[in-house]
Amino acid sequence: MKPQKELTFLDSERNRLKVRKYFYVSLVVLLIIDFFLHKHVHFSWEKAPCFYAVYGFIACVSLIFVAKLLRLLVKRREDYYD
Amino acid sequence: MTSALPPAMIFLVGAVLVPLFRGRAKQLYLLTLPVLAGLDLLYLPDGQSWTTAFLDYSLILCRVDRLSLAFGYVFVLISFIGTIYSLHVKDDVQHVAALSYAGGALGVTFAGDLFSLYIFWELMALASVVLILARRTEDSRKAAFRYFMWHFFGGLCLLAGIILFVITRGTTEFNFIGLTDTASLMIFIGFCLNAAVFPFHSWLPDAYPRATVTGAVFMSALTTKSAVYILARTFPGNDILLWAGAFMTCFPIFYAVIVNDMRRVLAYSLINQVGFMVCGIGIGSQLAINGVVAHAFCHIIYKALLFMSTGAVLYMTGKIRGTDLGGLYKTMPFTAVCCMVGAASISAFPLFSGFVSKSLTVAAVAESHHVIVWFMLLFASAGVFHHAGIKVPFFIFFGHDSGIRSKEPPFNMRIAMGMAAFICIFLGVYPAPLYSILPYPVDFVPYTAFHVVGMLQLLMFGALAFTMLILSGFYPAEQRAVNLDTDWFVRMPGRVFVRFCHRPLQAIARVVASWVGSVVTGFRSAPFRSLEIEKRMDWFFHTLLVEFPDRIAQLVRPLKTEKSELSWNVVYILVPFILLFIAILMVYR
Repeated sequence: MKPQKELTFLDSERNRLKVRKYFYVSLVVLLIIDFFLHKHVHFSWEKAPCFYAVYGFIACVSLIFVAKLLRLLVKRREDYYD
Repeated sequence: MTSALPPAMIFLVGAVLVPLFRGRAKQLYLLTLPVLAGLDLLYLPDGQSWTTAFLDYSLILCRVDRLSLAFGYVFVLISFIGTIYSLHVKDDVQHVAALSYAGGALGVTFAGDLFSLYIFWELMALASVVLILARRTEDSRKAAFRYFMWHFFGGLCLLAGIILFVITRGTTEFNFIGLTDTASLMIFIGFCLNAAVFPFHSWLPDAYPRATVTGAVFMSALTTKSAVYILARTFPGNDILLWAGAFMTCFPIFYAVIVNDMRRVLAYSLINQVGFMVCGIGIGSQLAINGVVAHAFCHIIYKALLFMSTGAVLYMTGKIRGTDLGGLYKTMPFTAVCCMVGAASISAFPLFSGFVSKSLTVAAVAESHHVIVWFMLLFASAGVFHHAGIKVPFFIFFGHDSGIRSKEPPFNMRIAMGMAAFICIFLGVYPAPLYSILPYPVDFVPYTAFHVVGMLQLLMFGALAFTMLILSGFYPAEQRAVNLDTDWFVRMPGRVFVRFCHRPLQAIARVVASWVGSVVTGFRSAPFRSLEIEKRMDWFFHTLLVEFPDRIAQLVRPLKTEKSELSWNVVYILVPFILLFIAILMVYR
């Protein structure tokens, strides 16, 4: 039996850094584009610079915080219902 | 010209004949049914057909308009994809159940009166419970039992509502119902239970992760979305639905972050997505209903895709918990890519299907100036990317290397996943075909520069938060645990009741018995009639009072064991229901 092919791209720390670097660059690009957009909005606060970026970041961080609190409240042993 | 068959009939009659075929012929036959149903849809005449008289009312099997047709298309499409995905399954029971389930969903979609709606509604519940049982584990059998009880309860509410509806309004035909009286409230509860509206949602994350690999694909598509269809038809513009929907988009994402079973993460995100639809129904404008239908269409495809790719992982490795998986991209790249396409779609990334459909609902909310709801939906949009978009692919295919080196799933599974992934991207890039089947004319352009950049910012900075939290180690680690949900409020009192019948009630019986004994001994000192009194006392206290708790304990035992005595439980539910039913009839006579 021939050995299975394996992808190993993300095994090296260098490649992982590279992926992250492109990710950060794309974030910066998104922030810069924001200032050159014609904004057609429903609500006035959507016009604030980078509103969506800020909201997305805050939403996700608070999501994790609340989820951690929720875990304190609802987590039980795996055999709780048995 | 003879009119086309009701599409449900093709599936239902077809399902019965499945066991007649073997091997390749069976696979071919299974694929033929959805294709036939799809062709049939093209020839369905508009308006009502296949009506028959039933008692004083009429049964309408085909009520065709743009709303029902759109759901009909996507149900048939997903049945086709799901059938391909399950072609390797040898178990006929699963094929029969899946096909009848699809038939039930189509029956609900095209039913024009409440009686036939109810029949197909219950058929769906019965067929889907088989898809959980077919996993054939202790765990899934118990889950199937709970699932069945929930849907039995919902179905009974619906039936009670329908009967009241018929009595008060004198017709079984329905269109817009609106929440006005007891009848509509009962119907509303029945529909909401199937749409997994809080607090009737807990059956979903309980049962779906325990269904079979292939069954979960059908389940993710049919039950909730047929309920969404029926809510969109009967209760549009309902404020309760608006807020319930907004709440549904938010609360499951917290659970999704801490849950370990990857299919359970998807189950919670399913509730979150249905929340967008329920919210749209709550607004009820033309734009919103268009959004609901479009989102249901796209959602069925990408959610099935996610369930298919995680199912493929479960099928190949036997594992599905985040704690057991990781690094699977190395040997399952195709599945990983499909999963990521599904993840990008559910997150509403530009160029993927979720983007062109969710935008409609969010725009409808903005147009109706519900500021708080708008913020909730935006929060949910960022949150869904966080768990379904990143967490699922990351913990299964990347993350830490679990050492598992599994092969790609069978050919038929890959074909099905590839098809679904293709549709996700196709509709994301070219939404015109989707927009053309929506109930109302569409005047909406999803791809404006601002909208694309705004959405990308929302998602990418959510991803940034994920990256930072993972790297800092603050992200809640995957843990094996049970996370309580609203079903606790049903399961715990039930357990307490059963325990009460077993221990304290019998203890009381024993006390009474000893007391009877002492009384009877006292009578013995008086010679007259003591024997007779003793006999009567004995019968009254001993037989009646003492044995009675024993009997109760015996009767509730099936409830405790949740074992094969399903029929008993059906009896338990039926008896109070029949009493309720009689009471209702007496009141509304």
